[in-house]
Amino acid sequence: MSKIRKNYEKSFAYRLKQWVNGDLDIADAKQLEVQIPEKKEPEVFLNSMEQETLDDIYDERRNKLLRRMDLLSKAASVVLCVVLIAFLLVMVADMPGFGDAASPVNNEVAARYIESGIPETGAVNFVTGMILDYRAFDTFGESNVLFIACICVQILLRLDKKSKRKEVQDIKKSAAKELKKEPGEDLILQKVSMVLVPLLFVFGIYIILNGHLSPGGGFSGGSVLGAALILYLSAFGYEKTEKFFSQKTFKAITLSALSFYCLAKSYSFFTGANHLESGIPLGTPGNILSSGLILPLNICVGLVVACTMYGFYTLFRKGDF
Amino acid sequence: MEFIRNFPFFSIILAMFSGIISSVISGKWARRINLVMLCTVMTLSGATLWYTAHIGESITFMMGHFPAPWGNEIRFGVLECLMAFFFALIMLLSILGGQARIVEDVEDTKLNLFYVLLNLMMSSFLALIYTNDLFTGYVFVEINTIAACGMIMMRQNGHGIVAAIRYMVMAQIGSGLFLIGICILYGITGQLLMVPANSAVQTIVANGQYVIPLVVIIVFISVGLGIKSGLFPFHSWIPDTYGYATPTASAILSGLVSKGYIFLLIKIIYRVIGLPVIANSKILNVLFGLGVVAMIMGSVYAILQKDMRKMIAYSSVAQIGYIYMGIGLATTAGFVAAIFHILTHAATKALLFVSARELYEVSGGKTDFKSLRGAGYRSRMAGLAFSVGSLAMVGFPMLAGFISKYLFATAAIESPHKMLITFTALIISTFLNAAYFLKTMVTIYSERKQYEKEFNLQESVNKSSLMTRIALLVFVLTNVFLGSFSNIVVDVIQKGLAMFG
Repeated sequence: MSKIRKNYEKSFAYRLKQWVNGDLDIADAKQLEVQIPEKKEPEVFLNSMEQETLDDIYDERRNKLLRRMDLLSKAASVVLCVVLIAFLLVMVADMPGFGDAASPVNNEVAARYIESGIPETGAVNFVTGMILDYRAFDTFGESNVLFIACICVQILLRLDKKSKRKEVQDIKKSAAKELKKEPGEDLILQKVSMVLVPLLFVFGIYIILNGHLSPGGGFSGGSVLGAALILYLSAFGYEKTEKFFSQKTFKAITLSALSFYCLAKSYSFFTGANHLESGIPLGTPGNILSSGLILPLNICVGLVVACTMYGFYTLFRKGDF
Repeated sequence: MEFIRNFPFFSIILAMFSGIISSVISGKWARRINLVMLCTVMTLSGATLWYTAHIGESITFMMGHFPAPWGNEIRFGVLECLMAFFFALIMLLSILGGQARIVEDVEDTKLNLFYVLLNLMMSSFLALIYTNDLFTGYVFVEINTIAACGMIMMRQNGHGIVAAIRYMVMAQIGSGLFLIGICILYGITGQLLMVPANSAVQTIVANGQYVIPLVVIIVFISVGLGIKSGLFPFHSWIPDTYGYATPTASAILSGLVSKGYIFLLIKIIYRVIGLPVIANSKILNVLFGLGVVAMIMGSVYAILQKDMRKMIAYSSVAQIGYIYMGIGLATTAGFVAAIFHILTHAATKALLFVSARELYEVSGGKTDFKSLRGAGYRSRMAGLAFSVGSLAMVGFPMLAGFISKYLFATAAIESPHKMLITFTALIISTFLNAAYFLKTMVTIYSERKQYEKEFNLQESVNKSSLMTRIALLVFVLTNVFLGSFSNIVVDVIQKGLAMFG
C-alpha cells in the first residue's frame, strides 16, 4: 500500500493537486521577495551549530558559490560599463563638434532667443527669459518636482504628535532627548554666523531679484537662502529659528508661492494661447522692475527652493519642522 | 465651441493646483478635492474627445505667447483625449474602491499627502499624454516617478520601503537613459518640440548623417522607458512594489504608471523618430523578442507563486510583454492592438488588485492560497469581480482581454515574419494565464476543510464598504463595455493614430 502511495506522491497528478490546493509550490518556487528579518532580539543565542550553518550560507569567506556569484556580478558590471562607455565614445566621435558654428544646435531657435529675447521677454538675462517665459511650463513642472520630493521626504520622515503608532512616539522621544543638547555652545560658529548669515540673506535676495538682469535667478538664489537658514539653525538651535520659521511658515510660503506661480502662469498661458493681450507691462529692459511676470516668478521659485532645502535638513535632523 | 480647445490645459493645471492645495488641508478635504478634480478632468476630457472627433483633426495648443520651436506646446487628438478620460476613470475607480483600505493603511496625519501624490500623478499622466515637447515629457516623467515612490512607501512598513528603494534605483536608471537620449537628440537636431524634431530627423536620415547617434537615441529612449514600464529582463522591481502597497497604489502603479511611459514611447516612435525610421533600426524587433519572452516567463513566474499578491504582480509582467509585442510588430494594426491592450490591462489589473484586497480582508489578512479558500463566498462582490477580472485576463469572449488577443492575432497576420511566433506565444501564454487564474478562481470558490476552519478562528468577516462594491461593479461594467462594444474604442484609436502623423 505504501508503495502505491509513494508512487502516487511522485506523480504529476499529485503535485498538480497540491499546487491547486496551495499546499506545495512546484519546483521550489524561487522566492524573489526580499525577506526582511524580524527585529532580532539581541539576547537570542544561536547555538554554535546553527551559527555554523548560517555562516556556511551567508559568510562570503565560507560559501564558495556566494563568493563566485559576487565576483561574477562585479565582473559583469565592469564589462557592461566598459561596453557602454566604448559605445558612447564611438557615438561622440560622430556627433557635431563642441562650439561648431555649423552644428544643428545653432538654428533658428537659439537665434530668436538671443535676438528677440530682450524685446519679447524684457529680461536682459537670456537664460531667465528662456526658462521663465518661453518655456515656463517646464519650469513650473520643475518646481513641482521639488515640491513632490519634499512631500515624499515628509511621508518618510515626519514624526507627528498625533500619530498613533508606538514606534513613531519612541523615535520622537529619543529625538527630543538628542535635541536638548542643542544648541551646542559653539562660540566660533555663532560669531561667524552672526556675520555670515545676514550677508548670505542679502546675497540670496540679490541673486533672486536680479535674476532677469544678471546670472542667477530663483533656483540659485533660493539655495543660497536655504543654506543661510541652515547655517543659522546649526549655530543657534531650533528655539530661536522657530521664532521666525516654523512648520506654519513653511506651509504658508510653499503654498502661496506655488499657487501664485500656478495662477499667474495659467493666466499668461491662457491669454497666450487664445491670442489675447495679457496686459502685463514689460517695462524698460535693464530696470529692476521690468520683464513682466519674470521677477515675481523668480521670487516664487526662490522661496520654494529655500523652503525645500531647509525642510529636508530639519526633517532629516529631527523629523519635524 | 472654440473654448473647448482650452480644456486639456485646464485639466493639467487643475490637477497640479489641487495637488498644491492638498498639502495644507486635512485628509478629509483632500479626498473631496481629489474626487472633484478627477470628475472634472473626466468631463473636460470627454468634452474634448467629442470636440476633436467632431472637427476630425488634432489641435495644437500653445502654452504661453510663443509658437512651436520656441515655446512649450501641448497637442491633442481623439486618442489623447480617450487616454486622458480613461486614465482619470481608472484612477477614480481605484481610489473609490480602495478608499476604506487607504484609511487603514495610511496614517491619518499623512492622509492629505497621499492625495497630493495622487493629484500630481494625475497631472503628470495628463502632461505625458498631451505633451508635444520632449523636455516637458522628461519633467513629468520625473514627477511621475517620485509620486510613484511615495505611493509605494506610503504604508511605511519595511517591505514598502525596500520596494520603494528598488523601484527608485531602477526608475532612475530608466530616467537617466531617457534623458541622455533626449540630450543626444537635441545635439543632432537642435529641437525639443516634437514636430520640428521630427522634420529634422527625417532630413538627417535622408542625408545619411549621424547614423550611430540616431541608433543610440532610439536604443536609450526605448530601453529607458522599457525599464520604467517593467519590460521583462528589467522586471525585478515589479513583484515587491505591486505586492506590498495599499490596493489603490497597486492598482494605479500597475494599471496606469507603466502605461503612461508606454504611451510616451508610442508618441515618440510616431511623432519624433517616425515609424519607418524606427522600423529600419531593428530595435522594434528586440522589443518584440523581449515582449514575447515576457509573456511566457511572466506567466511561468506567476504559476510558481504561493502568494496571491505576487501572482497578480507577475501577471503584469506578462501583460506588459503583450503590449511590447504589439509595438514590436511595427505596423499600425500592431500599435492599435497595443493601445487597446493598455486600456484592457489598466481596467483589469486595477480591478484585480482592488478586489484581491477585499478577499484578503475576509481571510484574516492572509494572502496565501490556502487561507483564501472559500473567500469568494465570504465576500460575494469581490469574488465576482475577481472572477470577471481573471476571465478577462485569460481572454474570455465578451470581456476586454478577448478583444486584445483577437487584435494582436489579426495584427500579426500583416507581418509575415513574426506571425508564427506571435500565434505560438499567444496560445502558450493564454494556456499559462488560464492555469493560474482558473486555479485562483477554483481556490476562492472551494469549500474549506474542517480543520482549516478551526485553525482560522480569529478570522474577521470584514465587509467591504458600499463604495468599494459600487467601484468594483463599475470596473466590471467597464470591462464588459471594452469587450462588447470594442468597435467604438478601436475606431477611436485608429482615428487617433491617423491624427498622430
